[in-house]
Amino acid sequence: MELILFIPAAALALAGAVGVIASRRAIHSALSLLLVLSALAVLYLLLEAQFIAVLQVIIYAGAIVVLFLFVIMLLHMATGEPTVGGLRAQRAAAVVVGALFLAGLLVVLVRPQTAAVLVVGPGPAFGTAEAVGRALFTRFLLPFELASVILLVGIIAAVTLGKARPPEGRGVS
Amino acid sequence: MVPLAYYLVLSAVLFSVGMTGVLVRRNALIVFMSIELMLNSVNLTFVALSRSLSSIDGQLAVFFTIVVAGVEVVVGLAIIVEIFRSRASVNVDDVDLLRG
Repeated sequence: MELILFIPAAALALAGAVGVIASRRAIHSALSLLLVLSALAVLYLLLEAQFIAVLQVIIYAGAIVVLFLFVIMLLHMATGEPTVGGLRAQRAAAVVVGALFLAGLLVVLVRPQTAAVLVVGPGPAFGTAEAVGRALFTRFLLPFELASVILLVGIIAAVTLGKARPPEGRGVS
Repeated sequence: MVPLAYYLVLSAVLFSVGMTGVLVRRNALIVFMSIELMLNSVNLTFVALSRSLSSIDGQLAVFFTIVVAGVEVVVGLAIIVEIFRSRASVNVDDVDLLRG
């Protein structure tokens, strides 16, 4: 029964992923990314990870994609990009490398152990905000505090980078 | 019930697509979105294994990945805007100052 939800969500995620890398305009890529993120949120719900699914929608789809859209709007870039990159056969080579990498991953991941049916989750309380929060504030307290330091560093870095330069500093290029 | 392998294969495909995007595209913003795609595919692996092993730890890893991804996007986009200010381009091939 879960397959009824899994297959459309997985198909949407794949379609969005191809859209991200194949769109000519950056705005279409950003909207495709939004599609991938929403489809993944559905999959997280299927996997009994309610809290992560909500985080995915609020932070990824809500904040990060909006940030991308703001930057695209700020830069209002010209459409498309030069088709000939630095290396002549770069596109074909990249696709070959990607396919080889995928083949390697599949060899590792598809085994009798992983093909077994998923066990039923350990109960209705698995993956709720309470369960995640309990682990976060007991066993994962140190990483949690470090995360706040990382966020602070990120804020400072963004403010410093985004600050308008004084006129005399402009000439350096 | 969906077999665990389906989730792992989906996540492997998403990761490969993201990697191909990083290699193919020259627009820094789209390279960035491909990196987000790869981060998300790894998150899917974490959540799938978290459920299949009945351990909450995988979801905690996803929590921290989301935090780091948020910071990465903020700093990275600030750098891209700064590059655009100084070079009027977001093509990664134009930023070759360190090239020998």
